[in-house]
Amino acid sequence: MEKKTIIQLKNVSKSFGSTRVLTDMDLEIRDDEFLTLLGPSGCGKTTTLRIIAGFETPDQGEVLFDGRVINDLPPYKRNVNTVFQRYALFPNLNVYENIAFGLRLKKPSEAEVSEKVKEMLRLVDLQGFEKRDVSTLSGGQQQRVAIARALIMRPRVLLLDEPLGALDLKLRKDMQIELKNIRKKTGISVVYVTHDQEEALSMSDTVVVMHDGIIQQIGAPTDIYNEPANAYVADFIGESNILDGVMEGDLRVRLAGRSFECVDKGFAKDEPVDVVVRPEDVDVTAPENGMLTGLVTEVTFMGVHYEIIVEIGGFKWMIQTTDRVPAGSRIGIYIEPDAIHVMKKSKYSDMFGDYSSYSSEHEQLSENTEEEDK
Amino acid sequence: MKAGLLQRAAAAPHIVWSALFILAPMVFVVYYTFTDGSGSPSLENITRLNAGNYLMILVNSLCMALIATVICFLIAYPAAFIFSRMKKKAQRLAILLIMLPLWMNFLITTYSWMTILEDTGVINTLLSALRLGPVHMINTPGAVICGMVFCFLPYMILPIYSVMAGIDPKLIEAAADLGCSPAQTFAKVIWPLSLGGVISGITMVFVPSVSTFYISQKLGGGTFQLIGDTIESYFTGTAVNYHFGAALSLILMVLILISMAVMNRFGEGEGGEIR
Ligand SMILES: Nc1ncnc2c1ncn2[C@@H]1O[C@H](COP(=O)(O)OP(=O)(O)OP(=O)(O)O)[C@@H](O)[C@H]1O
Ligand SMILES: [Mg+2]
Repeated sequence: MEKKTIIQLKNVSKSFGSTRVLTDMDLEIRDDEFLTLLGPSGCGKTTTLRIIAGFETPDQGEVLFDGRVINDLPPYKRNVNTVFQRYALFPNLNVYENIAFGLRLKKPSEAEVSEKVKEMLRLVDLQGFEKRDVSTLSGGQQQRVAIARALIMRPRVLLLDEPLGALDLKLRKDMQIELKNIRKKTGISVVYVTHDQEEALSMSDTVVVMHDGIIQQIGAPTDIYNEPANAYVADFIGESNILDGVMEGDLRVRLAGRSFECVDKGFAKDEPVDVVVRPEDVDVTAPENGMLTGLVTEVTFMGVHYEIIVEIGGFKWMIQTTDRVPAGSRIGIYIEPDAIHVMKKSKYSDMFGDYSSYSSEHEQLSENTEEEDK
Repeated sequence: MKAGLLQRAAAAPHIVWSALFILAPMVFVVYYTFTDGSGSPSLENITRLNAGNYLMILVNSLCMALIATVICFLIAYPAAFIFSRMKKKAQRLAILLIMLPLWMNFLITTYSWMTILEDTGVINTLLSALRLGPVHMINTPGAVICGMVFCFLPYMILPIYSVMAGIDPKLIEAAADLGCSPAQTFAKVIWPLSLGGVISGITMVFVPSVSTFYISQKLGGGTFQLIGDTIESYFTGTAVNYHFGAALSLILMVLILISMAVMNRFGEGEGGEIR
């Protein structure tokens, strides 16, 4: 059943001065949907959110709410609410008054305010904090006040800009679950901004992958992961071996000097393509049983599995396996047809190589664990 | 222990300075107020306040200072608000311009206002040329208030500006996000958060305005007396009387302290209400 569209961005573009920040964005936010904008820093996620909230107006294109153009509607007249990255709680008000802030503008009775604030405090699990000064709260608690303050307005869509970015890993995981539960309980649609791909995949109904102000792909988390639209998405979401291939016809692709059966069709014969093979989809076999054979150059123990780098015909593959294989040994690999994902060539095709720079990349990863703690 | 001693030693000049120039004068004021010419205890100076028109002068001074303070506030608040919204570079320039007059001696500024407001002064020359004047301005209460406003306006703008510049712009966005129209955002966020600056601004303008004497002398031309003039006349004039002068100062001081206490209470009350 198709859900009703609440907010729609049509062809939205935005520049600041001479810098293009968003280009031709088309996006729909539906009823009861958890939609995540995912992309690296500076790709325009916050700007998109601010356009939806009404803090920025698009240079081109339309923002529709229930089918009505709202480009010039000021934020205070929009039925959406924002949870700001640094919370932006009112420092002169206590927890109770912060939560009641928006409600009070509608001049309700004191009994009604009290009842609704209580309900919100229960929802975000902050009972007993009414009188507390917001500056005395921990980051996670402030976060929850900010969520309650927005939710009490009963918005059609709740906008969250990297709400968990400032929290430590443990708290972030707890808040992710809590946020998902709160959303389920209230049924309010959410637009969530993050640059953490794991967070995006685990929380969302729909993920929007952005890069340089352009939407690369919109889809369910499993679609994004299993069928990335281009090399950029494949590389950004999870680990992937991205190889050059050539279509030999429907359901057959040539890569690494060999013809493979695949599940993709509809490409021209002899069309050059990008081929993605996820490290966990490659099976390790004895050399004589392998579709391809290669030399193990590196082995890293990751807890549940080993991450090994295998050089096959000059290309370094990353393979995840639970079998112990020593470095320096020769192995064969086996790939199921549905583990091969064929993509059209794009401007990102040549940007991603193999895993030859793997170890340095790994160091980099552990440095900014916030970026990708996979 | 050693650090404590060192700190105390470092603080010593300040303590000596405070004792010499703040505490000692206070003690003298109180001493002179409650003694007569021969140095024996007396309430004569206090009872004498009832006689004459001292009460009138006091009320007059308070009124003038109040008017000057209100005018300062009405100019300073929007100005500070506008400054706080300008680009950082423009803000610095604006604040520099506001502070510029403070680097001049008040006496000099007051004298220049004399030449501006005089019957044959800058404004009247202009008005006459345009066949609109002359208008008598110097030696009127208006001229005195004008002088007070000009001298003390920076003391109102600066504290208000500094609290306003410190308000996180995200709070203003948050208010709009939660349904506040611009007017409501002002009433619910900007005003309460700038109140602290307003209160210190009011204090910093009202106190010197109420006790000034040179402004009223130069721009009021001695046509009427403010409490500052009266006090000064008992210390430097022909009818020198330290004891009565001290009594007047003490009364003024008490009145100022009371009004400051009321102000602060008002501020807290306001904060408490929205809390
Ligand atoms: N008000 C502004 N004036 C000028 N440039 C801006 C403004 N706001 C954003 N930008 C620029 O637009 C680009 C996109 O910014 P945006 O804040 O939307 O990125 P983001 O995806 O939210 O990044 P991050 O993950 O770092 O928050 C950036 O290059 C940024 O410098
Ligand atoms: Mg951002």
